[in-house]
Order: sequence, then structure tokens, then C-alpha cells
Amino acid sequence: MLFVTPLLLVAAVGVAAADLYGTEASVRPEPAVSAVPPATLAASPAASPYPPEEYAEAGIALARSADAHDPVATTDSGDASHHGGGYKIVQWEWSYVQTPYIIAIWILVASVAKILFHFSQRVTTVVPESCLLILLGLVLGGVVLIASKKQLYQLDPGLFFLFLLPTIVGDAGYFMPSRLFFDNLGTILVYAVVGTLWNAFCTGFSLYGMKLVGIIDEKVEGGMMEFLLFGALISAVDPVAVLAVFEEVHVNETLFIIVFGESLLNDAVTVVLYKVFISFVEVGPGNVQTADYFKGVASFLIVNVGGTLVGLIFAVLLAFVTRFTKRVRIIEPLFIFLLVYLAYLTAELFSLSAILSMTFCGIGCNKYVEANISQKSRTTVKYTMKTLASIAETIIFIFLGISAVDKSKWAWDTGLVSCTLIFIFVFRALGVIGQTWVLNWFRLVPLDKIDQVVMSYGGLRGAVAFALVVLLDGHKVKAKDYFVATTIVVIFFTVMFQGLTIKPLVKWLKVPRSTNSKPTINEEIHERAFDHILAAVEDIAGLNGYHHWRDKWEQFDKNYLSKLLMRKSVYHKGELWDVYQKINIRDAISVIDQGGNVLSSARLSLPSMASRTSFSEVTNVTNYLRENGSGVCLDLQVIDTVSGGKVEEETETHHLLTGNLYKPRRRYQAHYSRHFMTVGDKERQDREVFQRNMRSRLESFKSTRHKAKGRHKKERSQKKRKGSDAKEQDVNGKPRRNVSWQDTDPAPAPIDSPEERSEEEADKDEDVGITFVARKHETLKEPPKERPKSDMLEVYQSLAVIPPSPTCAEKHLPWKGGGGTLPVCVSMETTKIIPIDLQQAWNQSISSLESLASPPVQAEPQHPRVRALSRPEAARGGNSGNGGGSDSGGNGPAQGPRFHFPNEEDENGQSLQQQESQPLMSSMKPPAPPQVSSTQGMGRRPPTFNRNPCVYLRSLVSASPPGSEPRSRGPTQL
Amino acid sequence: MGTLFSAPDDHFQDLSEKTGFSPEQIQILHKRFKQLSNEEDLLRRDDFNNIPDLACNPIRTQIIEAFFDKRNFRQNAVGSVEEISFEQFVVVMSHFRPVPLHNMTEEQRERMRREKLRFLFNMHDTDNDGTITLEEYKHVVEELLSRSGAIGKETAKGIADAAMLEVASITVGRMNPEDFYEGITFDHFLKILKDIEIETKMHIRFQNNACALC
Repeated sequence: MLFVTPLLLVAAVGVAAADLYGTEASVRPEPAVSAVPPATLAASPAASPYPPEEYAEAGIALARSADAHDPVATTDSGDASHHGGGYKIVQWEWSYVQTPYIIAIWILVASVAKILFHFSQRVTTVVPESCLLILLGLVLGGVVLIASKKQLYQLDPGLFFLFLLPTIVGDAGYFMPSRLFFDNLGTILVYAVVGTLWNAFCTGFSLYGMKLVGIIDEKVEGGMMEFLLFGALISAVDPVAVLAVFEEVHVNETLFIIVFGESLLNDAVTVVLYKVFISFVEVGPGNVQTADYFKGVASFLIVNVGGTLVGLIFAVLLAFVTRFTKRVRIIEPLFIFLLVYLAYLTAELFSLSAILSMTFCGIGCNKYVEANISQKSRTTVKYTMKTLASIAETIIFIFLGISAVDKSKWAWDTGLVSCTLIFIFVFRALGVIGQTWVLNWFRLVPLDKIDQVVMSYGGLRGAVAFALVVLLDGHKVKAKDYFVATTIVVIFFTVMFQGLTIKPLVKWLKVPRSTNSKPTINEEIHERAFDHILAAVEDIAGLNGYHHWRDKWEQFDKNYLSKLLMRKSVYHKGELWDVYQKINIRDAISVIDQGGNVLSSARLSLPSMASRTSFSEVTNVTNYLRENGSGVCLDLQVIDTVSGGKVEEETETHHLLTGNLYKPRRRYQAHYSRHFMTVGDKERQDREVFQRNMRSRLESFKSTRHKAKGRHKKERSQKKRKGSDAKEQDVNGKPRRNVSWQDTDPAPAPIDSPEERSEEEADKDEDVGITFVARKHETLKEPPKERPKSDMLEVYQSLAVIPPSPTCAEKHLPWKGGGGTLPVCVSMETTKIIPIDLQQAWNQSISSLESLASPPVQAEPQHPRVRALSRPEAARGGNSGNGGGSDSGGNGPAQGPRFHFPNEEDENGQSLQQQESQPLMSSMKPPAPPQVSSTQGMGRRPPTFNRNPCVYLRSLVSASPPGSEPRSRGPTQL
Repeated sequence: MGTLFSAPDDHFQDLSEKTGFSPEQIQILHKRFKQLSNEEDLLRRDDFNNIPDLACNPIRTQIIEAFFDKRNFRQNAVGSVEEISFEQFVVVMSHFRPVPLHNMTEEQRERMRREKLRFLFNMHDTDNDGTITLEEYKHVVEELLSRSGAIGKETAKGIADAAMLEVASITVGRMNPEDFYEGITFDHFLKILKDIEIETKMHIRFQNNACALC
């Protein structure tokens, strides 16, 4: 910590100095520019009672950013006239970049500060980050003050309410656990409304009483209204501070949601009270008429209900819009940010409760939006929101610290400060106890004493209060400076002292902590069942209780809302579905993590299930992984909805393949699209190139193929027919049909002769691409066959690819292997994946490879890569094979032959005749498959072709997720 | 209203002691009972099926079945009946009575918990063999999903399988491939739901004042 602060100080000084310069610099072109800033300053909401010169960077920044263009023009012209047309090679354009530059620097400082704090684990576990940030702010503020003699930066209300607060509230609203929130809504509302009113009035009146008694100094001018006003703004629990502290404390979720929900919802009360009292102060207490009080109450209702309504309207709008973003996935997150933010602004526009609006917009839309948008967008939204919120929070706290340094706005009165501190604490506690007592009559799960202690203690005040107090008009509220000072002290006290001590307190009181475990699927099932059971019992008992209405709402939601707001594809999924998927993802991950050995559970025999993977569409591993967005694996580009349809699977395959196969080339022709992150129009090009290469590839392929001696040939062709079956065929030519995999393999012998394929390919599209890609590589790699090391490596890869068997996972892997960073990932993950019982098989295959390969020397160095390729295959055996163990035995030997290829290639000189005979490969097929193929022959080829990819996919999906993911995920990974 | 039921007041008193409901609550329930049974003394399944609000409940049949299940009458009997009396009705209802958790010992709490879970367990264990088999479990899931349309069956199967596996892995730990997990016993049931605070969740608020149904 200590050695780092200098660094930050330097940064701060730098910023300050730069800013000083900036202000000077901006003075020069001022005549030209000046026309603009005053106007914008006035227009900007920040234009509070401040005289412009006091306005720190933020205000100017705001104004500037509004018309970034004008300064450009003006400074340019000014410069031009200045230098008389002389051309300067390098110019100092500070005034031009000043605003964004300073903002960027501030964010940078804030972020760096965060990093630094977390260097020391010990500090951050004891001291909440918010405290550290405030301290840092104090230091920075001091430095800036010393450097520039004047406080340049301050938490500006406009900046705060328009930019910083929305990011935090938006994040909170969008990710609010809605079920929990609504289950406790009644309690939250009571605390938020009654509690805040109670706090505000009690604090206000008591302070006024203290003033009358004389404990508060005479200098603090103010009547009852002023103190009530102050009470209103100081009484609201602050969502930012609460979030910052409670997120680290990890109290149980009910407690958290109550405190946090209260802090969010009491905004409406605070805002109304604040406005009402300000107007009262302005007209003067004497002129307030009875009607005004009623108006106040009315405005309270309108602000609340209106804010909520605005939020809900935007929620519906947003959900509805995301229904149609299927083709423009890339802007999905944007829609979410924009509409949620617009909900805030709109509410602000009508002076409704913006926080309420945003919160309810987030809560309302979350379910539908999450269902509609793609996984990638979900991740984007999540990360962006979290990032923004985190930065905003950091900046708020730093600026709070900085603002506190500015002595000029302070006016200290010990009586006021200490009384306020005592009162807010006492009344908070009293309020909580009183309300809880009442609420416990109604709550099913009563709040016990410990909860109440934490709730009273968790009443943190924060930046909202500060922004509100700064917004006060110093001319009308004479005691403003005192109030500012008191607010700052209160904030510091609550955030620093209570924030610091709440963790030990929670520990000491043994407050039930949140269990961070995700629900198991059983729990989830039973929870769902509960809901229905309880609703049913209520119905039977003829009661219209909570469950009854919730059930009604869910039906309504299901029948109308979801239908309207969700895509058809997602609409039909039950709620259990999600859980189910999540759980499967988790399982899949754990399977991968634990080296695939956990499959023991999957191999468990249950009466009705052949194996876990038997419901492949539903459960297949990649889908889950994909769904989850876990780091392991994910071809995110794929359709986010897991659908069993063949069509989707094909597109999936296609995506998968385009995503992976063309990688090596893609490196050369950099692909960039602003609108799609996925391969788009490039495919065509690729295919062309690919086709061009095809013939040559074919040749080499044939030659290698035909050199193989009888047995090998046979084997190979067999392999071709049945991708994965090849495994099971032992070297000894075991029966291939007995394997379970075969049954699931839809098209045993669709693609036989390369020639045919090539023809097809010419007019064919995507699917063809798949096969060809494989070839392409082969040819590409074959020429350098004899080259050492890396080339050899690739040869091996390509060899593995040779058998056109659709189900071979390895096929896809070679390309992956080609990718820059990929190999690492692949090898890492795959080592994990391979089930232990398959290790042996793997070893066998390796050994056979070594023995067979004429240049065995190379085989070893490539080991990792080769392994990467072949492992998934082995793993697949474990994962997807029904028998699991049954085909694992066959795996090893089967791999042996595959590795022979290099040798064969090496040995044979290419004979053209054999190449010619290549098309006849079909005749060389083993008896069983040929029939299939002959019947399917020409007529049915396209369909079979189409089907193959599915198989591919399946194998890919189950076997090689780790391989496929890293690649495609690369760009999006954070 | 009190006059209407003045005759069975003693009976209500007994019931109140037996089930923990207040006499007022029992009166309300009695009124509801009469309403459901069309002023008769016994309730039949059809009466339940005619409750309009229940029509959309996916696990309606199971819940109704639970009302006719002797195991839920706290009499150690087994099997199901065709008709239930008011007393039985109230006894079943009492499983959903909120319990004051403040001044309860751990032991009482645990007992309460077992009781409530037993009710759930019985509901799923339709053939009363002490285990929830995969078939039974699948049935539950299927019904839960029955409102979700087409995907129901397939998914239900998958989910039930997954859930069963999970139970197996939680309760038994590692199993050999040859092992066979035949069903969830009550002990396992307790185990898998140990994180759910059922004693605080499985209850509804019964009306106290007589005009609840007005």
C-alpha cells in the first residue's frame, strides 16, 4: 500500500498540473470558445448554485464533452491565426483533448487503485474497499489542493445523478434476484417508505429541537423547514454504500435484499421529501398552505407510482425489442444499456423517481431479456454493467474523499455534527425495531434480533446524500455549509466506521451467512413443487394468500407476457429447464475438471437410462458449457438456444466448423466486421480458396491412401464409413457392428470417395466445407512431410484427419491445433478430459504409433500436440459411448492404425493408377456399409451429407469441447 | 357465523388441540369444507377437481391425492381413501400450518422438519414402498413441466435422470458402474433437502378472522 501511494500521488499531481495547464490553455482561445461553455453550463443539470470558477473538472468536462466539436474548430482556427500559417510538426493540443483525457486518467487512477488494494489480501478482507477509496480520495484531494491551491475536483451532482448513479442502479436492478425481492417486497416497502419517513422527520425535528435548546450553535441558521430538509436528505440509506459494504460482508440473502432493497426504494421518498421541503424553504414556512401538504403527499404517490410505471414500460419495451434482435446480435447489449438508461432519464425528465424507474426496469426486463439475447450478449451485458458499476462506485468514493478536503465549503459545528450522528443512528435503530415488530406479525419468516441489529447498523449514508446537500442553494438555505460538513462527516462515519466494523459484528453475532452453493437440481425441483403445492393448498383452503396470487401471476406471465415478450424458441422452455441446464453445465465442468473420471456417476445404471449422454440433444456437454459461458469451453457463437432440431444442429455444426476450421487462414487475412463477430461473408472466399486447393489435396490424399497395404486399406475404408466405429474395430478386424455408437451414428457410409465429394462440394455449401477443410489441411501439410518437428507434427494431425469418418473428433482438432494459442489450451484441457480408464488406450495408441512410425523420433516431441488431437477422441468414448467402459477398450488399438498413415505415406511413391481408382473407393468398402451407401448413393447424398455434420458435431461436442472453445472464445474472453 | 356451527364447537375444540389451528381458523376451514363438499360431510376427489383455481396447477393430482392418503392423517395407516371427513381434511391442512419457530428447541424444530418433509415424501412416493423410484420421480417432474408443452416429456426424463444421479452421488457417493440406485429413501430425501429450510417455507397463512371468505 504505502509504496504504491506515491505512484498514485504522482498521477494525481500530473492530472492536477495538466488540468491547470488546461485551464490556462483554454483561457487563450476562450474568446472563441467562451460563447459555448456558459450556455452549456447553464443547460447542464450540473449547473447548480455554483459559480462557474468553482466548477471543477467535472462540470467543465460535462460542458465540454457536450460540444466537443466546437472547441476543435475554434482552437484550430485560433492556432492558425496565431502562428501565421507556419506549420508545426508537433503541436500541443491539450485543450483539445483535455476533457476526455482527464476523465480517462481519473478512471485509470481509480482502476489502478483497485488493483493495488487487492494486492494485499489481508487489507481488503479487513477494510472495505469503499473505505480505502475514500482514504485515497482524501489523499488525492489533499495533493490536488496543495498543487493548485484550489480544489479542482469535486463530486458534481450532475455528474453523479446522470452518469455515476445510473450505472450502479442499473446494475443493481438488472441483476436483482427478483424472486427474493418480490418475496420480501412488502417488508422492503415498509422499511423504505415508513422507515425513511420516520428517520427524516425524527431527525429533522430532533435537530430542530436541539437547535432550540441551544446545543447547536446559533451560527447554523435555519428554521424547522431547513432542518427537516436536512433530515430528509441525511436519512436515506444509500444504495451505493450499502452495496459496497454488504457485498463484502455476505450476510444471508434475506437480510441483504431487505437492506439493499430498502436503500434502492427509499430514493423515491427521499427525493419527494427533499423537493417538498426545498419548495417549502423557498416560499418560506409562513407561506405554506395546507393544500401544499396534500400536494406533497400527492407528489409522493405520483413520483413513486410514476417512476415504477416508467420503469415497467421500458422493461416491456426492452423485452419486446430484444425479441427481434436475432439478426443483429451485436447490438443486443446496446439496446439493454440504452433502454435501461433511458428509463432512468425519462423518469428524471418528468421528475419522477429515477432510481425506482431504473430498478423496476431492470427487474422487469431481466427474465425476458436474458431469455431472448444470446449467450455472448448476456456475458457482454454482465461484464459491461459490472465494470461500469464498479468504476462508478470507485469514482464516487474517491470523489467523496476529494470533496471532503475542500475546506472552503465546510463550516463546522460540533453540536450539529454530533447530534446528527447520534440521531440518525438512534432513530434508525428505533425505526428498525419498531417496524420489525410490526412486520413480524405478518412475515412468515420473522426477522430476529440479530437481523435487526445488522439492519440498523447497516444504515449507511453515501453519495446520494452528499450530492443532494451540495445541490442546495446556499442563498436560500443559509446553513448549507454546515449541512455539507455534517453530511460529509456522517458519510465518512457510516461508511468508514460502520463499514469497517460491520464485518466483525456480523461475525460476532453469528449472523447466518449466505451459503454460496448453487441449488442442486433436486432442491430446485422441490422448490418448484413447493410453490405449486402451497398455491394449491391455499386454493383448497379457499385463501387468497401470497402463493395464490403469485401462482396467478405466473400463469398470466406464462400465458400472455412471456408469449409476447419472448422468442418462440425460448418461450417453450420451462423454468426447470434453466436449472437443469445450469446443473448439467456444472456437471460437465466438474467432469472435465476431474479428468473425466467422475463419469462414474453418469455410468451409474438407472433403470430407464442407458446413459447420461443418451439424451444427447438435451444434455450434450458443449451445449451446457456454452450456456454457462464457463471458461472451459465454448463456442459461443452458436445459437444460444439449445434445440434438438436437426437444422439447428447443422447450423451449429456449421458455425462450429467455420469458427474453427478456417482459423489458420484467418490469421493471414484478418477478418474484421463491425457487425458480426462471427465469420460472415468471408466464407465464400474461403470456400473458393479451399476448392482451389482441393484437387491437389485430393491427389496426395489418394496416393497416401492407396499405398496402404491390404489390411490397412480395408481398415481405413472402414474407418471412413463409420467414424467412431473405427475405434471399435480392432486392428484385428473385430466386428464393428456391435458397438452402441453405431446405432446412434445416423449415416454410416455417406461420404466415401473423395472424388464424389469434391464434385459435390463444388456445388455444395457449408457442409461440404467441413469435409474439405479436413482435406485441405492434409494437403497443405503433406508436402513438408519430411520436415522435422513442427511440420511433422502437422502431418500427424492431418493424418489423423484423413479418415473421412464423420464422427472423428480429431478431424476438427487439427485446425484448432493450427491456431496460435490454441494448442496450449487444447493440450491442457484434453489432458484433463481423458478418462482415466482411457489413458491406457491412449498409451497404447502412442506406443503403437512409436513402433509403427518410421520417424518415431518426431513423434515424441510432438507428443503434446498429438495428444491434444487424439485425446478428445478417446474422451469421447467415455463421454458419449453408451457403454462408456465398453468401447474404451477398443479405443487404443484403433488409434494405432490411424497413426500408421504417416508411414504409409512415407513409404509409397504416388501411383497414379491408384489415384484414378480412388473414386472407386466405394467398391472397396466393407460389405455392410456399402449397401447403405449404394442405396443412398447419388440420390440421397445431400441429406446424408447434411446429417454427417451432426454426427461430427456430436462427437465434437461431447468429446472436444475444450479444444473448440478456447479458439472461438478467444476474442470475447475478458 | 358462530351460531351456525355452535353444535360442533366442542368438536372444533378437540380439533384445535389436535392440529394446532385456532378455533376460528377451524371454523373458516369448516366453512370452506362445506363449500367444497356442497354441504355434505365428506369430500370426494371430484370436489377437489372442481376447484377452479386448481385447474391450472400442474401437480394438482398429486396434491389432491395427498388429501386422500391415509399416511397424512397421522394415524399410521397406509393406503388411500375415497372420501375424507372434515377432521381428516383439517389434519392434512395442518401440515401447512405456520409454526412459531422462535421458542422452539432444535429437537422440536427437527421433528417439525421431518414431519413436513415426510408429507412431501409421501406425496412423491405414490406406491408407498418407502422409496421414490425413478419412475415416480419422473412423474413428478413431468407434472411440474406439464404446462410447458411439447418439451415436457423428453426433458422431464432427462431432468429426472439427472436429479436421480445427483441424489445418488450426494447420498451414496461414488458408485461403481454396476451399482444400481433404486430410489430415494426418506433418509436420502432428508439429506438432499437439508439446505432448504422447509420449516420456514412450507406453510401458508391461514386466516384468523371469520370474514376472510366474505
